[in-house]
Amino acid sequence: MLNYVIRRVLYAIPILIGVNLITFALFFVVNTPDDMARIHLGAKHVTPEAIERWKVEHGYDRPLLFNQEAEGTGKLTETLFVNKSLALFALDFGLADDGRDIAREIGTRMWPSLAIALPTFLVGLAVYISFALTLVFFRATYLDLTGVVLSVVLMSISGLFYIIGGQYLLGKLWHLVPVSGYAPGWGMFKFLILPIAVGVVSGLGDSSRFYRTLFLEEIHKDYVRTARAKGLSERVVLFRHVLGNAMIPILTGAVVVIPRLFLGSLIVESFFGIPGLGSYTIEAIQAQDFAIVRSMVFLGSVLYIVGLLLTDLSYTLVDPRVRLE
Amino acid sequence: MRPWPVPVFLLILAALLAACGGPANNPHPAGQAGGRILFSAFESRPKHLDPARSYSENEVVFTGQIYEPPLQYHYLKRPYELEPLTAESMPKVTYHGADGGVLPDNAATEAIAFTTYEIRIKPSIRYQPHPALATDAAGKPRYFPISPRELVDIDDFQDFTATGSRELTAEDYVYQIKRLANPRLNSPIFGLMGEYIVGLREYGKQLEKEAAALPKDAYLDLDRYPLEGARVVDRYTYRIRIRGKYPQFVYWLAMPFFAPVPAEAERFYTQPGMSEKNFTLDWQPVGTGPFYLAVNDPNRQMVLRRNPNYHPDAYPTGGDPGDADEGLLADAGKPLPLLDEAVYVLEKEDIPYWTKFLQGYYDTSGISSDTFDQAIRLGPDGQPDLTPDMGERGIELSTAVRTSLWYVGFNMLDPDIGGTGERARLIRQAVSIALNYEQFISIFLNGRGIPAQGPLPPGIYGYREGEAGINPAVYRWENNRPVRRGLDEAKALLARAGYPNGRDAATGKPLTLYFDTMASGPDAKSRLDWYRKQIGALGVQLIIRDTDYNRFQDKMLKGNAQIFEWGWNADYPDPENFLFLLYGPNRKVEKNGENAANYANPEFDRLFLQMKDMPNGPARQAVIDRMVEIVRHDAPWVFAFYQKSFGLRHGWVKNGKPNLMANNTLKYRRVEPAARHAYQARWNRPVWWPLALMAAALAALVVPATLAYRRHLRATARGA
Amino acid sequence: MTLSFRPEILWSDALLFLLLAALAVFAWQVGRHEHLREPWRRVGRSRMGMGAAVLLAAYALVGILDSLHFRPALPAEPGQPVHYAAEVHSVLDTLVGPLRTQVEETYSAPLALHLYAKETMELPDGRQVRDFPRLKFGGAHLAGVEARAGDIAGHIGMGLLAGGVASALALGLALVFVGLGAGPQGPSGSPGHLGITGAWSALSRSSSLAGLRAGLIVLCLLLLLAAAVIQLAPHYHILGTDKVGQDVFYLSLKSVRTGLLIGTLTTLIMLPLALFLGVAAGYYGGRADDAIQYLYTTLNSIPGVLLIASAVLVAQVYIETHPELFDTAAARSDLRLVFLCLILGMTSWTGLARLLRGETLKLREMDYIQAARAFGISHLRILGRHILPNVAHLVLIAVVIDFSGLVLAEAVLSYVGVGVDPVTASWGNMINGARLELAREPIVWWQLAAAFVFMFALVLPANLFADSVREAFDPRAGGQA
Repeated sequence: MLNYVIRRVLYAIPILIGVNLITFALFFVVNTPDDMARIHLGAKHVTPEAIERWKVEHGYDRPLLFNQEAEGTGKLTETLFVNKSLALFALDFGLADDGRDIAREIGTRMWPSLAIALPTFLVGLAVYISFALTLVFFRATYLDLTGVVLSVVLMSISGLFYIIGGQYLLGKLWHLVPVSGYAPGWGMFKFLILPIAVGVVSGLGDSSRFYRTLFLEEIHKDYVRTARAKGLSERVVLFRHVLGNAMIPILTGAVVVIPRLFLGSLIVESFFGIPGLGSYTIEAIQAQDFAIVRSMVFLGSVLYIVGLLLTDLSYTLVDPRVRLE
Repeated sequence: MRPWPVPVFLLILAALLAACGGPANNPHPAGQAGGRILFSAFESRPKHLDPARSYSENEVVFTGQIYEPPLQYHYLKRPYELEPLTAESMPKVTYHGADGGVLPDNAATEAIAFTTYEIRIKPSIRYQPHPALATDAAGKPRYFPISPRELVDIDDFQDFTATGSRELTAEDYVYQIKRLANPRLNSPIFGLMGEYIVGLREYGKQLEKEAAALPKDAYLDLDRYPLEGARVVDRYTYRIRIRGKYPQFVYWLAMPFFAPVPAEAERFYTQPGMSEKNFTLDWQPVGTGPFYLAVNDPNRQMVLRRNPNYHPDAYPTGGDPGDADEGLLADAGKPLPLLDEAVYVLEKEDIPYWTKFLQGYYDTSGISSDTFDQAIRLGPDGQPDLTPDMGERGIELSTAVRTSLWYVGFNMLDPDIGGTGERARLIRQAVSIALNYEQFISIFLNGRGIPAQGPLPPGIYGYREGEAGINPAVYRWENNRPVRRGLDEAKALLARAGYPNGRDAATGKPLTLYFDTMASGPDAKSRLDWYRKQIGALGVQLIIRDTDYNRFQDKMLKGNAQIFEWGWNADYPDPENFLFLLYGPNRKVEKNGENAANYANPEFDRLFLQMKDMPNGPARQAVIDRMVEIVRHDAPWVFAFYQKSFGLRHGWVKNGKPNLMANNTLKYRRVEPAARHAYQARWNRPVWWPLALMAAALAALVVPATLAYRRHLRATARGA
Repeated sequence: MTLSFRPEILWSDALLFLLLAALAVFAWQVGRHEHLREPWRRVGRSRMGMGAAVLLAAYALVGILDSLHFRPALPAEPGQPVHYAAEVHSVLDTLVGPLRTQVEETYSAPLALHLYAKETMELPDGRQVRDFPRLKFGGAHLAGVEARAGDIAGHIGMGLLAGGVASALALGLALVFVGLGAGPQGPSGSPGHLGITGAWSALSRSSSLAGLRAGLIVLCLLLLLAAAVIQLAPHYHILGTDKVGQDVFYLSLKSVRTGLLIGTLTTLIMLPLALFLGVAAGYYGGRADDAIQYLYTTLNSIPGVLLIASAVLVAQVYIETHPELFDTAAARSDLRLVFLCLILGMTSWTGLARLLRGETLKLREMDYIQAARAFGISHLRILGRHILPNVAHLVLIAVVIDFSGLVLAEAVLSYVGVGVDPVTASWGNMINGARLELAREPIVWWQLAAAFVFMFALVLPANLFADSVREAFDPRAGGQA
């Protein structure tokens, strides 16, 4: 077990190097250090000397991948890539280009993201599974049909409409929640209701249909028929047997996203003005702050790999038949 | 099995909230609405709060209240007028010849080699309480040096429990001028000031050498070398010496760039471990102004709080005629500031901002073009007025023509449409006529602009009103107002240029023009469509080349752009600050200047040098008239429009006269909290029935099914 | 003699035609093999599937018409060489004619006669009044608002009449088709001539013709609607106009192509990658598997939006540095669209590849494949004959399901600012613009509503069609209880 985990962690290293290389390449195809300097120095009165100074100061004066002038291994190590990427492995994200410490920023911004993403995820999971179970429970009645049609209809609406509609109705017309914003502590409560509700509703069609299919697949299996033949009530059959067995595919889908919840949702956060990591990332893309983009990509990859690992581990918990080699 | 349907869940939550009191949708903590607090918003987080670095409008909103330069603009008087702020009086100006001898005030410009500004500040002005100025019982700095162990426990800036203050001295002003040259700060005005302030450029070189020898974050002692152009005379007096004559320099003395910074603060912040915690001067300012930055959470909100050490300052007792009638002198003579706190909330999108403003949760708002029709009704004479809806809410409108200019530039280095050739000039003039800015202003700005007739906006010396002020290349004077020349005239110009109907007369090839822009997003799309439509009316193809910010800057620098939009916001209210945008040696290509069109006309350049140093008067006006005439003829720009700024504020906000030059207007504002509280409650009565309806609908769907299912179960049970 | 136009094949057009050709080949293949034809018959019998297919076909028709591009010749003086307009038109533009050119000043509501914003107008006597001016085109033939209702009813009546005729024609064709027994087998089970009454009763009752019936009903409704719109659209802005006065109905039609291209071209790009890498990883295992798994885990672990955003920026730089490749504005925005598809394809192949790898892994262990290997049949042959056909349904289902997701994704990407070119008509751009319009008072709702309806009317049938395809190919997942 421990061996397996260690092996998986080691396996992650080449992946992270690959991720770094890709983002690095993509970013510097479009962003020369000169461009970055110009953006950070502002539009008015920028001199070439100021750009040079900025590059030296922020360590962007080195060549990208290969240093012609350095000696020996320095040819490879005294480069922008090695310097800017290696530190990441020690989770040292360095300073953003506006001089703020990235790790610190991530530390504070993670909580609002989590405050939205985690309840959305949990409430969502509960709602989708209950909804799907309800449909299965009432299968072949008008309720099931209505539910399925509703799901397809919900799926066919762009997520943007839910956000726009929610803000318009609940915030502007009915005065029930603030249109957008965020506050730390207990005050956050009223700000979270709308984004969470929108998040849950916008996933309703897709996910509950998926879960319904899973449950239906289980329900046609022999063991369910046996259970029913034994005279177990429909409720017990559904909850104990069907739900229990459908847990594996549900977990595969769900566990892998849990660590990434930290990163928050780009769209929801920027619409609702939540100061989380999602809006941080969008702003960084717009401001072309390479240090932040790189850190977020790296963090995203790490969290994804952790998610995969968690998925594997959770298999063993849910289904004792699965053994990790 | 009973899943909690979302609406029911919401209903309970909302009911809980409603029980807490106050409107359910109040984005601010309950109870704040009753305080002397102004609620406003900022759109993007400020990058720099260091007075040597901050230049953007969104940064000056904060630095303007915290830092105090020696001069300020009078709050009420128009045209804009400078007055002393921390200075005792206006600076004493003396001219010197090349030998250093003092010259009379009326000396010829050529004879003046140096100008000295002597500024004497008021005594006993004190800084805001700040840890950098804290001292222990022995009078030694409390947090300098700070041990790494002590710093470990300090996570938030508020964790520095000890604070202190001291008197403002002339030394602090000189120190800040030296900071402009600090290579680590990359001050945006260093290049410009290096041209003027004696020795500043050399001083910067010296510092650069020194900084290179030091470790990256070590303290750079600016006091080790004197700066010739800025010297302390005594505790309260300092002198700035600049090259030649530059009458506009005095305007710079009203900007935060020339505000005082105590050297202790710099030393405090450069201690190891500080910048990792975002403890920098760029982030935690220390000033003498009416407010200090109490909360700095740029991801959410910034809070300015009243500075307890603020020096005596009073609301002006005199203003423009009419100010008294508008209630702008009700607070005359009262001690400033009139607010206890100003809360700025991050609000990136227009729509939530506007919605919250209408709900009474923000005290002030601008007007975007999409909210315009809701807020403003233009009277029969084109005068803007509030709609009845706004009027009922007690909202007030203030308008002002901004000291800014929008233009569409032609790259004068472009082979097709640039240069001094007659053919290219005619094309440029045809385009100038075709871009119908009356229509543009009506569609995109809802009338919040004035079609520009030249490079100088109203309110700037040299601007001419009426018939004398129109651009004859584009307008005719009819019925006492300017009328844009018709499309047929533009087509005729094009035909004279050799492109009848937009086709090359010789080859029949259609004329194609290129529009370079970095605009993107929905609003930009309709604007770009408009440009295509307008130019298309000439039979000419306009191709939009849109790119990101970087690429666009690059194109401009290399001179690869053809037609582009550009705007300029005045640094100070003087024609020099606009006309220099067309001064040849100031061109973008090679020189990286602000002359984005790369326009160069020797006659214009000569007149510019002459106009620059002249005092306002008929002679200067004559030179300016000639310059404007040249530019209108050459048409390197399509003069687009001067923007009008419309501000809305709720009735409970007082003293809201727009002042587009002053940065420190917050101290004059006043709110009436009781009125605000009452209105907020009235405008935000929650509406519950839709939720109840939703819950009922869900029940209507589920209950019959459950019943049916029960029946079915019973039936099968009986059957079995 | 010179042509009065020059055909212009944009990159996306070429790819679209390639896709159509591939589809034709696929259809031909399916037609030749009974076991491949069977699931499609099931789709054909599904009411939902056929109804959806007709709607999708209508969209496809609009999209294809809008992909036939050309540049009209400019009127030339005798003796001069012919020049072509820099503006690229499509056949659709020609067909809808006046919709494109009838541009108002700014907003106007659907079917309105007046602008939605007041303007200052000068009266003949020199006085100025502020009022809603009449539209230049919308309802310009009418004397006043009173005449509008009658006029609209007249046009709709005419349209319905024409639509009715067309529907009757379609119905007649279907009857002939069924009557001749060329279609699915009749109720008697044997092909044969049924006669008109027999055909009618078969068409109206037979359960095996339920799909055709549903398709016909949708077709008739569509024809009625289209005919009414064709009658009405030249005289009114039936969905209003946008901020710069363009007809919203025209914009919505133009957006169809963008939506379809993003939904289909992305698949075209992703398919070979996913198929090749997924199957290879599963079949060969070992090193190849490791390498491919490494590749897709790496790509997968990068947050998608970041990858797409950076890649779109790269594309823009390419376009910027090679202006000589694009002589028209259409070519520039077209390439950005193609790049967007390319990038979406590059980032979305990993899911399918993973699925295919798993399935191939399973198939590899099957007895008959083991046996084939034991007989020494070459790998390529095994892959081609046994593996590929057995994973084809997975590919198909994934492709059909992805389609709607991609159409929706376009809107979100446009919001983030990394979507299609801002001058390209697309639902994403429309929604994005409409967000601002919602805050206006009185509210401008028609652009948002148009984007919503057009998108919904594409994505809903796409989802339904995907469902019936999935059911047909994989009866287990059908879930009828």
